[in-house]
Amino acid sequence: MAAGPMKMRATLNGGVTDVRVLMTHPMETGQRKDPDGKLVPLHFIQNVTVKLNGRTVVESQISQGISRNPVFTFRLKGGAKGDRIEVSWIDNHGETNQTETAVA
Amino acid sequence: MRKFLGFCAVVGGGFCAAVLAQDAKKEIQRYQQMIAEGSPVELFELQGEELWKKPQGPNKVSLEKCDLGLGAGVVKGAYARLPRYFKDADRVMDLETRLLHCMVTLQGRKREETAARVFGSADRPSEMESLSAYIAAQSRGMKMAPGLSHPKEKEAYAMGRALYFHRAGAWDFSCASCHGEEGKRIRMQDLPVLYKPEHARPVVSTWPAYRVSTSQIVTLQWRMNNCYQQMRMPEPDFGSDTTVALILFLTATGKDAPYRGPGTKR
Amino acid sequence: MKARVFYSLAFIASAAFAQDVTKVLQRDFHARGQATMDRVVQDGVQRVCTESRDRPPAELAKSLEADQMKTIAYPSGSLMGDWKRGESIAQNGRGLQWTDKPGAAAGGSCYNCHQLSPQEASFGTLGPSLRQFGKLRGNGQEIQRYVYGKIYNAKAYNLCSQMPRLGLSGTLTEEQIKDLVALLLDPDSPVNR
Repeated sequence: MAAGPMKMRATLNGGVTDVRVLMTHPMETGQRKDPDGKLVPLHFIQNVTVKLNGRTVVESQISQGISRNPVFTFRLKGGAKGDRIEVSWIDNHGETNQTETAVA
Repeated sequence: MRKFLGFCAVVGGGFCAAVLAQDAKKEIQRYQQMIAEGSPVELFELQGEELWKKPQGPNKVSLEKCDLGLGAGVVKGAYARLPRYFKDADRVMDLETRLLHCMVTLQGRKREETAARVFGSADRPSEMESLSAYIAAQSRGMKMAPGLSHPKEKEAYAMGRALYFHRAGAWDFSCASCHGEEGKRIRMQDLPVLYKPEHARPVVSTWPAYRVSTSQIVTLQWRMNNCYQQMRMPEPDFGSDTTVALILFLTATGKDAPYRGPGTKR
Repeated sequence: MKARVFYSLAFIASAAFAQDVTKVLQRDFHARGQATMDRVVQDGVQRVCTESRDRPPAELAKSLEADQMKTIAYPSGSLMGDWKRGESIAQNGRGLQWTDKPGAAAGGSCYNCHQLSPQEASFGTLGPSLRQFGKLRGNGQEIQRYVYGKIYNAKAYNLCSQMPRLGLSGTLTEEQIKDLVALLLDPDSPVNR
């Protein structure tokens, strides 16, 4: 369910914006075997980009050592209520997904 | 930790094993706390909502007219009042049994086909799992209050209780063989004594749940099925009176606990 | 005879209910894989333990335990196998489930309920700890027979024990039970170190 939903929450706490984003992704390590004993091919999120009001603030490269359906939490300095936060990912198959929310 | 293990290797003995077990227990608690804070359960709730509203089956209708006990289409608080007696079906039903009933009667789908794949996998979650997560989430904060007044509800409760203590199968187990005494565990897994309210409450208020080790939603119907598998019994039919009776007995024992699920499990 | 009369008076109500439960199970369950429907029908031990909530009248328990004792088939020769194989049998929790391959070697699920070797920290507590079992009791003929018999049919020693009858149920083979006897009694086994 690579194209499954994402869910994000962004809350302002004393000048710092706490962002929590859930992503639906199998995050296959390439080492797991299916019930028939065949290796399940590598399939993982490679890049995660975070934008604040359209400006890129986080550009991250991640690897396959992260669990299925990962959750990312991070803190952004500054930000104000109503600011627009966008998070997008691209995986090693070129599949992408994104979501956005306003800081609350 | 490594230093401590080294110490244990030198000294050895039961004391270290006990301390290690204690230590492991603390670590497990910390881990459980951590996973509860960023649980993918919300992703399944979103998918469940989509499925609830999606027209399906020969009748091309959604489940939005499904009566979960509080009237057609009422989702808020419905889970906290289940299982309960349904007049239209003349039997007691839990959430999953009722959902299957609505898929058949409202959407016109075939019962066998619809029930064929109710327990999904990480790669292919089942419709029933996502729907359960969505519906249950709409009862957060509400006290669990299953139906216990109708004669059929009373009958199901009594049957559930009898089933709990009924020993059968290739290994002579009843539910109470594992869930019968306080402070026991299988491997590192603590075993709640489910006929005691103080043990049943934290269980009924957090199921269904996201299971981190298998990356999927597990439901109470699945729990009953999997326990009977481990009891070396044949397989109970999905939504059968046996499974519903056990779920009612369990929920009734844990009643009045405010629902705070869907939870996150190891 | 006296015990029997007492038994029928005390449990007549719950006995009727246990029959109802069996009927419900026969209606609501289906065979899957090697888990066949004959398994829902209770034998005498299961019935008595269900009806008495695992507290059978002493006389009745004694006579049924004696019946169970007769089911234990002791192999000839030594009862001590290989503790190393015993350790892996103790670790293995498979066998007789509808998900298990029929005919594949089963395990004893021992660690699910018992503490055994010190290096295994993930052990259950439903049964007593078996650490140092042989060290405390020796490994003579008598204790070998007891351990073999207890694993083969735990109900021969304690009628309503929660431990499966691992030999009688066809879960473990004679050889496997001997390996478990060695795991518990062999002085070289980690259980006794």
